[in-house]
Amino acid sequence: MQLTLWTYEGPPHIGAMRVATAMTGLHYVLHAPQGDTYADLLFTMIERRDARPPVTYTTFRAQDLGRDTAELFKQAVSAAYARFQPQAMIVGASCTAELIQDDPGGLAKALDLPIPVIPLELPAYQKKENWGASETFYRLVRGLAGAPGPRPAREPGRRPLCNILGPTALGFRHRDDLIEIHRLLDSLGIDVNVVAPLGASPADLARLKDADFNVVLYPETARSAAEYLKKSFGQPFTQEVPLGVGATNRFIAEVAALAGIDPAPLLDGPGSRLPWYSRSVDSTYLTAKRVFVFGDATHAIGIARMAARELGFTVVGLGTYGREFAREVRAEAVLHGIEALITDDYLDVEAAIRAAAPELVLGTQMERHVAKRLGIPCAVISAPIHVQDFPARYAPQMGFEGANVLFDTLVHPLMMGLEEHLLGMFREDPEFHDSVGPSHLGGNARSASSAEAPEVAASTAPSASAAPILLDEPVVITTAPWAPEAEKELKKIPFFVRGKARSNTEKFARERRLPLITLETLYDAKAHYGR
Amino acid sequence: MNAPVPPPVTTSSAPCGGIDLHQEQGQRAVFCGLTGIVWLHRKIQDAFFLVVGSRTCAHLIQSAAGVMIFAEPRFATAIIDERDLAGIADANEELDRVVTRLIERRPDIKLLFLVGSCPSEVIKLDLSRAAQRLSGRLAPVRVLNYSGSGIETTFTQGEDACLAALVPELPRSPAESAPSLLIVGALADVVEDQFLRIFSALGIADVRFLPARRAGAMPAIGRNTRYLLAQPFLADTARALDERGAQRLAAPFPLGAEGTTGWLQAAAEAFGVADETFVAATAAGRARAETALAPHREKLGGKRVFFFPDSQLEVPLARFLARELGVSLVEVGTPYLHRAHLAAEIEWLPAGTRVTEGQSLDDQMDRCRAARPDLTVCGLGLANPLEAEGLSTKWSIELLFTPVQGYEQAGDLAELFARPLRRRALLEV
Repeated sequence: MQLTLWTYEGPPHIGAMRVATAMTGLHYVLHAPQGDTYADLLFTMIERRDARPPVTYTTFRAQDLGRDTAELFKQAVSAAYARFQPQAMIVGASCTAELIQDDPGGLAKALDLPIPVIPLELPAYQKKENWGASETFYRLVRGLAGAPGPRPAREPGRRPLCNILGPTALGFRHRDDLIEIHRLLDSLGIDVNVVAPLGASPADLARLKDADFNVVLYPETARSAAEYLKKSFGQPFTQEVPLGVGATNRFIAEVAALAGIDPAPLLDGPGSRLPWYSRSVDSTYLTAKRVFVFGDATHAIGIARMAARELGFTVVGLGTYGREFAREVRAEAVLHGIEALITDDYLDVEAAIRAAAPELVLGTQMERHVAKRLGIPCAVISAPIHVQDFPARYAPQMGFEGANVLFDTLVHPLMMGLEEHLLGMFREDPEFHDSVGPSHLGGNARSASSAEAPEVAASTAPSASAAPILLDEPVVITTAPWAPEAEKELKKIPFFVRGKARSNTEKFARERRLPLITLETLYDAKAHYGR
Repeated sequence: MNAPVPPPVTTSSAPCGGIDLHQEQGQRAVFCGLTGIVWLHRKIQDAFFLVVGSRTCAHLIQSAAGVMIFAEPRFATAIIDERDLAGIADANEELDRVVTRLIERRPDIKLLFLVGSCPSEVIKLDLSRAAQRLSGRLAPVRVLNYSGSGIETTFTQGEDACLAALVPELPRSPAESAPSLLIVGALADVVEDQFLRIFSALGIADVRFLPARRAGAMPAIGRNTRYLLAQPFLADTARALDERGAQRLAAPFPLGAEGTTGWLQAAAEAFGVADETFVAATAAGRARAETALAPHREKLGGKRVFFFPDSQLEVPLARFLARELGVSLVEVGTPYLHRAHLAAEIEWLPAGTRVTEGQSLDDQMDRCRAARPDLTVCGLGLANPLEAEGLSTKWSIELLFTPVQGYEQAGDLAELFARPLRRRALLEV
């Protein structure tokens, strides 16, 4: 039993719904109790979809448990088939129906409908949303792509043909990534055969095998299906996810190699504005900004790499809630000289952010709020999804335009270089003191963080009024007190590095068991950590 | 191949007042009772709600509330995992461990509800025994339990189950006590305070609320207790109060000016308040409500409204719209129709109003599309799809989260229905 106050991922049947809702001509019959229908509003309210998800729920209740829930399920399948006339159906159980073991797959098969009916086994007590999406897409592809066999050779003169795999309903910027990648492929001279699941019908899945190769945009949802297509039809698939300029260039080269064409014209083209913006002297202040990255594995890895190599940030934290991709995230973290954080407990993430004392957090909506509490600038780079992640404007993350968007996304929350410089110069001026905070953050950032101060104290002591519920025992560390003149000197250090200066000095003093932090200690520590 | 057989859905039922009552079975698009935690935890300020359930339960609460839980909330989910199900871990021991740590960390918590869910019900995890066991161990923290599961409860029935769990715990008032008035059902603090002022003007001094704002301030009850339901979905709570000797005052619900007057009147009669006193105490409120309602009557008068089932507030709301704003009712869906508690409301509905108890979602949507009402009151899952089909909608959940009861809120309540129409008229795109 795990105590959870908030969760990064929903249960696996939500992942199945993301696939079903992305597609056309497919219907999902979900054996689920009354109340599980809440899932509809994720799609209609967060993504603002204009139609209900193609899902029929059995919505059984206690009185049905005493009768025949299996019969109820069969009726729901029959009625859904009669009403919606789908090309194919998927059937499965949510967490509660899994416990009553009605075997939706077997029951649906017994109805002998004249369409493919694909059963889903999504263990709700072990797995989560992204796994559910991946498994559902894999089952659909396996069930509908046709008999495995060799691919016919490409006819001479035909443009190379690929599928794009991975985008789903309720996906983080999937809508716009897709437009951008379509554009890239088109300018390379590659045609797109099928995009799936987003916009594909079951009949389209039967055409997947016509493509020469697959472009996998979101390994979380599409890697299993791509591996199946590779094994069954000999279709290779892309490994590079085009987040950032470097990754987009590598993606273009990879795709061009798979298609047997020359990437040079596109690689030599105008590309992204990011490289010049990043070289522009006003960006100098971005150098070695300490950044903490957390999200799904694909976005966390891609954005950490971009932050380090294309903006000159220092990645001081990297993690994911997606355990399925822990290996990849760990490998990436090694490149940044840090250890990856693999957890789905947001309190662990909060503790790690506090400990790393970054100057910028790139995370999910949850990290945005953690950062707000800590007074650290933040940008959202990954699901779990929020209504703000469906902007009206075109805002891809992938490709060259995606790199432009990401430059703005990562840089705007930070104080502009000039503003930071002026703050340092006029630090003690009454109308320009450090508690004002960056003006573009509404002037609240610092006051929010000072209001947080008691909570910081509470979390290290077991008193806790409304303190976070930390399930691990707090480590009570005794830290030497600050001498008044050292404390005063600390206040002269710009606020955005003051937290780090304080924690470094205290760590320095602890390690040397100093009884008092003096002016000398402060500057000894500065010299020590400045090496 | 077996021909698909659609399940039987609608049956016309026995006559009920002058309304045209239908009962329907099929897919229901409603929340489960866990959703009530979202407002209950705000009402009882030192209570914590621990759902014993699945990841779906946790996801529901953070999604359905329309908010992600960023502060330290006073609710959480103990997620049952495969170790608990396989018997590798003893679910009761696991629960004790989770609860013990929770309480250690949150000394501000005085009352803990273990909230049952669909999975905990199906695996027959006995939360009432767990609550007893933990109450003993964690004293003075009281541990109670109720079910908010979808198989047992529909949306607002979660509040009913929660309050019903509180009733046996309430102190007993001495048998010889003077009659006291109990208002039952979570109301916004501001609404409670308004009602207190009116009751005071009526000369009814001893007025208490269930739930109280703090666990230690729950009202005493006994044979001297007369209670008014402030919400129409409190069947189990009323039964539990009756068992403790309290007497329900039959009344309409305090929605709109007329409903509020009828509701206050029931208390006034039970406490022997003179007519002149009643008129004097309510005249100002009634006048203000009338002033506030008048502009909305122009906008809503003659409009055709369709209610999907959601909170059991549908019948009183429909009555308010029909009688005070001149709305024409196409269909009034409700998850459940409590004939006794809603007797006065049913009486007030225009003769022949179609009321549908239960739901068969797709059939009901067909009826709604065919009728093309001016305004459809429905849940969040249906609102945008219907808007996309050109129908104006009102999210029903807002009617639960917004203070709408009493004279001072009558205009606000009307405005909630008028706003979607006003917005549609404003937009040129």
